[in-house]
Amino acid sequence: MTVIRFSQVSKWYPTYRHVLTGFKSALLHMPEAIRSFKQERRLVLEDVSFEIKRGETVGLIGSNGSGKSTTLALIAGVLFPQIGRIEVEGRICPLLELGAGFAFDLSGRENIILNGVLLGLTRREIIARLDEIIAFSELERFMDQPLRTYSTGMIARLGFSIAVHLDPEVLLIDEILSVGDLHFQLKCNDKIDEIKRRQVTIVLVSHSIEQIERLCDRVIWLAGGRVVGDGSPHLILPQYKQAMLGMEASTYGQVHSANQNLRGRCE
Amino acid sequence: MTGDLSLAEVSRPEARRTSGIQHLQDLIVVLTQKEIKVRYKNSWLGYAWSVANPLLFALVYYIAFGLVMRTQIANYPLFLIAGLFPWQWIASSMNGSPLIFLANAILIKRVRFPRYVLVVSTVLNDGLHFVLSIPVIVAFLFFYGLAPSWSWVVGIPLLVVAQFMTACGLALAIASLNLFFRDLDRLTSLLVTVLFFLTPIAYSGDMIPSEYRQLWYLNPVAPMIMSWQQLFLGGSLDWPLLGISVVNGGVAVGLGALIYAKLSPRFAEVV
Repeated sequence: MTVIRFSQVSKWYPTYRHVLTGFKSALLHMPEAIRSFKQERRLVLEDVSFEIKRGETVGLIGSNGSGKSTTLALIAGVLFPQIGRIEVEGRICPLLELGAGFAFDLSGRENIILNGVLLGLTRREIIARLDEIIAFSELERFMDQPLRTYSTGMIARLGFSIAVHLDPEVLLIDEILSVGDLHFQLKCNDKIDEIKRRQVTIVLVSHSIEQIERLCDRVIWLAGGRVVGDGSPHLILPQYKQAMLGMEASTYGQVHSANQNLRGRCE
Repeated sequence: MTGDLSLAEVSRPEARRTSGIQHLQDLIVVLTQKEIKVRYKNSWLGYAWSVANPLLFALVYYIAFGLVMRTQIANYPLFLIAGLFPWQWIASSMNGSPLIFLANAILIKRVRFPRYVLVVSTVLNDGLHFVLSIPVIVAFLFFYGLAPSWSWVVGIPLLVVAQFMTACGLALAIASLNLFFRDLDRLTSLLVTVLFFLTPIAYSGDMIPSEYRQLWYLNPVAPMIMSWQQLFLGGSLDWPLLGISVVNGGVAVGLGALIYAKLSPRFAEVV
């Protein structure tokens, strides 16, 4: 059963450079602002198609700027493509980076509720899971203290504990699995394995080949906004390593030509 | 395989139950609670501080316009307070709005949720502060030998709704636009200052020369502040002014929603 389907997805960003510098400069440079907004586009994904089935754990790999995070954001539904179709089924839950969505003046317990509701649960649902989340985080003693008294590792543990207890159907992970001390890392790995067994679909972005090898049954390799490899890690990862070592003349070439291509089409 | 599937099925209906309205309501409640707790940090000092601000301004304007410039308004300090407290709500919602989305950049980039709830909860928090500061106005009324009137029971909720709409609309527009035009926060604080002097707060509505009075109604805040003054000091609800305030509020919400709807699909790209 397909959970995520990308059909010929292209995504580009306008260059907001005349706008983001401010209202005054946008007014002063009105013609350039409009022209640059309409014509100067940065292509991030071009004609990307793939399907991810329920229960698959897919790693997105590629060099910086190859479109991995954009793909993740498109799956999460916070960005929208200009061309193509994206279908995602089920509740999506992103694993947030350190401290995102937390309020540091609030207690640990209050933050669990805040974060849970932001991630899509109702208050009743998150309160029902409160004990389980607190137990998993092993932070019982600190639950009524404000978050600013927590260490970095403790905050990360709390965040991870919330995300994995929200019963996501699709879990999105962007480069953040080394959470807490070794003991907690092992616990996280176990939890991820359990989530995988529950047929939750996981899409993760990572630069760590070891993590990808350990967790993923499939990798999608992006270069210059295109899918250049899609398959089992045993097949793709060796090629990927080689390409990374052989440094990326070809990749940059692709980005360049893809951008040229698009600009041609827009004019 | 089938065993695993049934496990996954168990978790699905529960996810489905996350019904839209209930979740939206919880989002607003939880975020507003957060705003309030962050401001008060569980102490009364936060309350004292938020009341002290308009009181201090009342004192300063009393010195400048009352003592020095001899403004002829009965019970001038009381008059200032009756206008400044509701004004404070509008001003802090507007001044805070440019940063609302920027301060939640990571959430906006990662999580799909209706972003406008961030604005709604900020404005609700400011509004709650205003409502909680009404006893201070009552204390001043008693000090000047006046008393609250029964018309407050109807007037306060209606005016609060009108003002909530106005503040939400303005804040939503500013918060959205500021993601694209990053110098808007400076323009906003300028605009708030201009708006303050074009609103009858330090002077009364009937001091405006009659040939210009129509112009004052173009200021979305003026009829509302005048309604508050009438309610607090005159003890009556001015229905025509309330009507104009509600219409203004509706226009503000419409405008804010339009700008938000147009820009919000791109928030994650620029934030």
